[in-house]
Amino acid sequence: MKIHEYQAKELLRAAGVPVLAGKVARTPDEAAAAFTALGTPICAVKAQIHAGGRGKGMVKGSTQRGVELAKSADDAARIAKGLLDQTLVTIQTGPEGQVVHQVFVESGCAIERELYCAILVDRHAGSPVLIASTAGGMDIEEVAHKTPELIITEPFDPDRGLSAWQTRVLSARLGLPAASWRAAEQFFKALTKAFVNLDASLLEINPLVLTKDGTMVALDAKMTFDDNALFRHKDVAALRDESEEEPAETRAAAAGLSYVKLNGTIGCLVNGAGLAMSTMDLVKYHGGEPANFLDVGGGADVKQVTEAFRIILSDKNVKAILVNIFGGIMRCTTIATALIEASKTVGFTVPLVVRLEGTEVEEGKKILANSGTTIITADGLTDAAKKVVAASKGLKA
Amino acid sequence: MSILVNRDTRVICQGITGKVGEFHTRGCLDYGTRMVGGVTPGKGGEKVADLPVFDTVAEAVAATGANATMIFVPPAFAADAILEAVGAEIPLVIAITEGIPVIDMARVMPVVRASKSRLIGPNCPGVITPGQCKIGIMPGYIHTPGHVGVMSRSGTLTYEAVWQLTQLGHGQSTCVGLGGDPLVGSSFIDILALFEADPDTHSILMMGEIGGSAEEEAAEFVKHHVTKPVAAFIAGQTAPPGKRMGHAGAIISGGKGTAEAKLAALKDAGIEVAASPADMGAAMVRAIEHKHKNKKK
Repeated sequence: MKIHEYQAKELLRAAGVPVLAGKVARTPDEAAAAFTALGTPICAVKAQIHAGGRGKGMVKGSTQRGVELAKSADDAARIAKGLLDQTLVTIQTGPEGQVVHQVFVESGCAIERELYCAILVDRHAGSPVLIASTAGGMDIEEVAHKTPELIITEPFDPDRGLSAWQTRVLSARLGLPAASWRAAEQFFKALTKAFVNLDASLLEINPLVLTKDGTMVALDAKMTFDDNALFRHKDVAALRDESEEEPAETRAAAAGLSYVKLNGTIGCLVNGAGLAMSTMDLVKYHGGEPANFLDVGGGADVKQVTEAFRIILSDKNVKAILVNIFGGIMRCTTIATALIEASKTVGFTVPLVVRLEGTEVEEGKKILANSGTTIITADGLTDAAKKVVAASKGLKA
Repeated sequence: MSILVNRDTRVICQGITGKVGEFHTRGCLDYGTRMVGGVTPGKGGEKVADLPVFDTVAEAVAATGANATMIFVPPAFAADAILEAVGAEIPLVIAITEGIPVIDMARVMPVVRASKSRLIGPNCPGVITPGQCKIGIMPGYIHTPGHVGVMSRSGTLTYEAVWQLTQLGHGQSTCVGLGGDPLVGSSFIDILALFEADPDTHSILMMGEIGGSAEEEAAEFVKHHVTKPVAAFIAGQTAPPGKRMGHAGAIISGGKGTAEAKLAALKDAGIEVAASPADMGAAMVRAIEHKHKNKKK
C-alpha cells in the first residue's frame, strides 16, 4: 500500500525523523492560509499523488510543474490553483496522468547538499538494508546503473537496527562534515526504526538534505507498506487513499482476489499467481494482448468467481475471456459449477474460453458440455490460447 | 534416492487442529506420507486424523522422532512457528503459510542460516517425492516417480509443469516449491546443489518468475556447477513494472527483476528456455536430448 508524501512525513515526524513544517491544502485559499501560517519567506507547493517524478512532471495542457516554490501567499494560491483538480503527468504516471486532489505546502530550508537515502528489504542479504548516495535528487536507478560506486549499502538487523559505527561509515562516505555526524546518526537510526516499526516495504528520502546549519532533513518522503503486515497497523491502513488506486483493483482486493488491470483485450481468470502470469504470457505468445492479471486463489467459490467475472467485464476493452484452471485443491467440478452459475447471473457479452485440468477434470468438462451455455472448451494451454485469441478478433479458431 | 524427503521421512504438522492443517494432513496421509503427529499450543493430548497432538514442537519431536515439519500456522504467528521448529532442531521445515510479514521473515532468516535446519518456503506448495512422501498442498496424483528434479517459485505453475512432464512420460525425482515471497528459506541455488548431487535426479526443470534476482544467480550457478541438463520457464514476461503480480515477491522494481534479464541469463548459461508455458515439459525433453547428443559426439 502506498501513501502520500504528507502522510509519510507525519509518520516520520512522530518517529523522530526531522522533517520540515508543512500543511495540506485542498483549495487555493487553504494553500494561501498555509503559507501565511508557516511564516517562512519561501514555501514549496507540492502536488500530492502516489506517483513519483512530480518535480519534473507537468500538468496536462499547461506549463504548471508538480512542485513549485512560492514566495507569497498569493503565489501559493496561484500554484495550488494550477494543480488542484488538474491532471499531472509524470514519468511514473504514464501518459494518462493522475488527478491532483490536494497539495502540500511546506516551509523552505537553506540547502547545503542534496543526498539520497532509502530503506528496503534486500532478498539476497535476507535483511533490511539502508542505501545512501551522494547523488541526491537524481533518478537513483540511473545512478545505480552508471555509477554504482556512488551507492553505499548497509544491511541491518530489524531488532538491533543500524549501529552507530554504520552511521559513521555512511557519514564518512557521504562526505558529511564531522560536525554533522551526530545529526546523521540520529537521522539514520530514527529512519531505520520507523521502517521496521511501521512494517514498510520501501522508505525513500530523495532528496535527503544537509542544511546550511549542519542538520539533516527529509525533504521528500515516499513510503510503501507491506500489505501482509497491515493487520497490525490499523492507523497506517486508515491512510489508504482509494481515489489513487484503480477502482477495479480495490474492488478485487475486497473480494479476496488479486487483480491487476492491463491494456489488452483478453480477460484472464486463473488460479495461482504463477499460472496467472504464465497465462498472460501465453496469450501474448499467440498474438493476443492480456487485459488483466487475475488470481482467484486456491479455494475460490461461486461468489468469488462471479465477482471476478464482473470485474473483468467492467473493463470495456475486453473482447474475450480465458479461464485457465489447474485444479489441485480446487476441484474442476467446483469451478465448472461456479462458471455456469456466474455466467447465468453475470450475463456474458463476450466469448468465454475455458481450459480445465487437474482434479475431477472429466466430470468438470461434462458439466460444462451439458450446461447449455455458449462456453467454448479447450484442451490444453495452446488450444485455449488459440481459441481465445481468435474469439477476441471475432474469428473462429 | 531423491532429495529432502523420502518414504522414511517422519512428518509433523504445526497448526494441525486448524481446518486447513487438518485437511492437508489427511491429504498427505492418503498419499502415503509417514505423518506422525501435530502441534497446536494448548491442544496437547487431542487427536487429529488419529495422530497425537502436542503443545510444543520439542515434545512432538521427543515423542515421535519427527524429522520434518509442515507449517499451516496463520500468518501472524507463522514466523514464530518456524523459529520453534528450528529451535527444536528439526532438519526440514516446510512453511506453507501465505502472507507472513516480510520483517518477520527478516528476523527468521539469520536464525535459520545459523542453524542446521533447512527451511523451504514460506508461501509455497511444499515438497513431494512421487510415490514416497508428499509434504504440502499439491495434488499427489499428477506426479509420477522418475528422474526430473522440479523446482519453482509458484504452486499451480509447478502442477502445470509436472503434468506436462508426466504426459510426456517423464517422472519426477522430487518437486520443490520454493515460495513466492521476497524472503524464502531456500533458493534455486540451494536446491540445484542438492539435485546435482542426487544420483536419482538426471535432469532439472525450474520455473522462475519476475522480481528479485534468484533466477540470474541460479543461471550463474548452473554455468559453473551443474552438469545435468537444465530447462527453465520465467513467468511474467508480459507483466508491467511496479505492479505486484499476486505473489509478494513478483514485482519489477527499479528496473530490476525483469523477465528479459532472467531469460538472457538463463540462455547465457546454456539452459533450455521454454518459449511458452505450454512448452515447459517439451523444453525439458529438448534439454535432455541435447545433452545426450553432445555426449555421443
